[in-house]
Amino acid sequence: MTGNTPQSIIGKLWDSHHILTDEGESLMYVDVALAQENTLHAFTALDKSGRKARKPQQIFAFTDHYVPTTGRAKGPAGIPDAGIRNMVIDLQDMAAKFGVTLFGMAHEQQGIMHIVPPEQGIIQPGLFVIGNDSHTSTHGAFGCLAYGVGASEFAHVMATQTLWQRKPKAMRITIDGELGFGVSAKDLILALIAKIGVDGATGHAIEYAGSTIRKLGMEGRMTVCNMSIEAGGRVGLIAPDEKTYAYVEGRPYAPKGKAWEQALDGWRALASDDGAKFDREVALDAVQIAPTATWGITPEHALPITGVVPDPAAVKDDKKRAELETALDYMALRPGMALQDIKLDRVFIGSCTNARIEDLRAAAEVAKRGKAKITTWVVPGSMAVKRQAEVEGLDQVFIKAGFEWRDPGCSMCTAINGDYLQPGERCASTSNRNFRNRQGPGGRTHLVSPAMAAAAAIKGHLTDVRELIR
Amino acid sequence: MQAFTTLTAIAVPMHEANIDTNQLCPTRFNKVPRGPKYREILFYDSRFRPDGTPTEFMLNAAPYDQSGIIVADRNFGCGSSRETAVYALYEFGIRCVIAPSFGDIFAANCAKNGLLALTLPEEECAAIRRQLQDKPGTKVSVDLAAQTVTDVEGKVHSFEIHEVRKRCLLEGLDDIARTQQYAAKIEGFEKGYYKDRPWLTARA
Ligand code: SF4
Repeated sequence: MTGNTPQSIIGKLWDSHHILTDEGESLMYVDVALAQENTLHAFTALDKSGRKARKPQQIFAFTDHYVPTTGRAKGPAGIPDAGIRNMVIDLQDMAAKFGVTLFGMAHEQQGIMHIVPPEQGIIQPGLFVIGNDSHTSTHGAFGCLAYGVGASEFAHVMATQTLWQRKPKAMRITIDGELGFGVSAKDLILALIAKIGVDGATGHAIEYAGSTIRKLGMEGRMTVCNMSIEAGGRVGLIAPDEKTYAYVEGRPYAPKGKAWEQALDGWRALASDDGAKFDREVALDAVQIAPTATWGITPEHALPITGVVPDPAAVKDDKKRAELETALDYMALRPGMALQDIKLDRVFIGSCTNARIEDLRAAAEVAKRGKAKITTWVVPGSMAVKRQAEVEGLDQVFIKAGFEWRDPGCSMCTAINGDYLQPGERCASTSNRNFRNRQGPGGRTHLVSPAMAAAAAIKGHLTDVRELIR
Repeated sequence: MQAFTTLTAIAVPMHEANIDTNQLCPTRFNKVPRGPKYREILFYDSRFRPDGTPTEFMLNAAPYDQSGIIVADRNFGCGSSRETAVYALYEFGIRCVIAPSFGDIFAANCAKNGLLALTLPEEECAAIRRQLQDKPGTKVSVDLAAQTVTDVEGKVHSFEIHEVRKRCLLEGLDDIARTQQYAAKIEGFEKGYYKDRPWLTARA
């Protein structure tokens, strides 16, 4: 404890999990660890060294990256590609061998590793969460310190329930004001990344604060925290409040009865103290944010949908110019063309950024108003989201609009399960990365919000959703 | 883990910023078990056409097919946490990447696999890349103990590195063994942690 010095939530979470310091590195206690099929590299390494999971009940494994999003009746055995099938089966076997909880392919709560744990109440305020996936930052939305780690660090966590870390610098991003009509959490985070850059938060843990953030529901907060890594921040979090507690309450892993009351007392003390010091402060005015789309090959290549593709010739800095040229070349776009004139081949609504129920509601609201001109997929983030959407009739809205309604998984966000773009195909996607080849070799990605994606589906090109829903 | 002490190797300049881990190891190869096959996987989509024939990409031909060092631009290794990106570099023979900044997770992954992700200021990286451009195939030297890089023209650049990362690399130390020395402290911490947070005991 630091006595009366005001502390940020980042500092509080850090201190409460800090075991010891060795040569300037901190050994941190890990509450929850999240694995996916690619974590097999960690399981295998651990297995080879003859080590066990120290606290298997605090480790959760998910089949999401490799599972097919259609034709799943036969379970893992029915996956046609042997390489993909083995990833799913091998993870299930390893989970059993190490005694960790598995949300496998046939589980009724199956889904993406950043969507299921909050649904299950596994994620609660105040935890140190690590995941073998860079978008583990998603869980910061609950007031957790949530880090993505590689396979070696994951193996270390499994063996010791701890992680060596150096304390990140603290950065506060304050967003105030009302989000405009048709503007969502996704637009907010894209606009923020465009402002601070893809390495704008490198080495920092971000606290998102301000009235705009407070107004967002938990789904929107998760969308924002999810993409912290696209701004270079390994951690992005939001102090818990009544919305957070209401979301967690009653979920399977949430504390109950007296424990719930004790938890609330603990969680209420987490928010940054008045006067807490941050190494960096950034402010953003929510009113300025428009529905946004990316035109290039990094998430910072984002502009309001009313904008035009930038012209490298107008850029003085040689390096910046070369970067723009590379991007335009890959994306096959002309400088100066209106973003809204960019014709599309596909639309993907899904991923841990935007496949929660609120996202699907926003997309359905737009889908109601027309029919898809191009192949459009909706891939819910989890079985729970899928069931909820079906209860609300959203699946029928999508199907009537000619959108495909599929089973949960990462799908075309990372194009690893057999769902991918053909070379040269152009896709409006609600996922988080528009890197070259991300959605399949030669595929071109435009990142947008769920509502913007549905609007693009109806028009066949990038479009301003505000004109459709006005 | 293999130790890293000194290295003198052919260095390949990569001028582009933001080279992400998906370029280093395209997603579909993540399922390949760790091993020599990763030599071919490194930058696969840049090195091979869809029909599998090699492209003109630098790493496909001499002298750069023998590279041991990459000199890059900012934000190298950003994106996905996949450690396969590091396996691919390693199997190709790359032991050191020099750049103005790195993706955080990538830098950590490097350290766990005996690779040195070394930071030099932007202008110094650019200068070394220019030298390499002028004299392709020349060697650059790195001395971890001394924390220096000697460039093509013999100029010495000092770099900063965290003490622990340095020691682990120099000694090839396994992290888990290091931590297990503190088993008693971890257990002690845990007791206090759960005592203060009774609502968490159900999961511990
Ligand atoms: S949906 Fe995409 S970003 Fe999210 S965990 Fe899956 S692959 Fe990663």
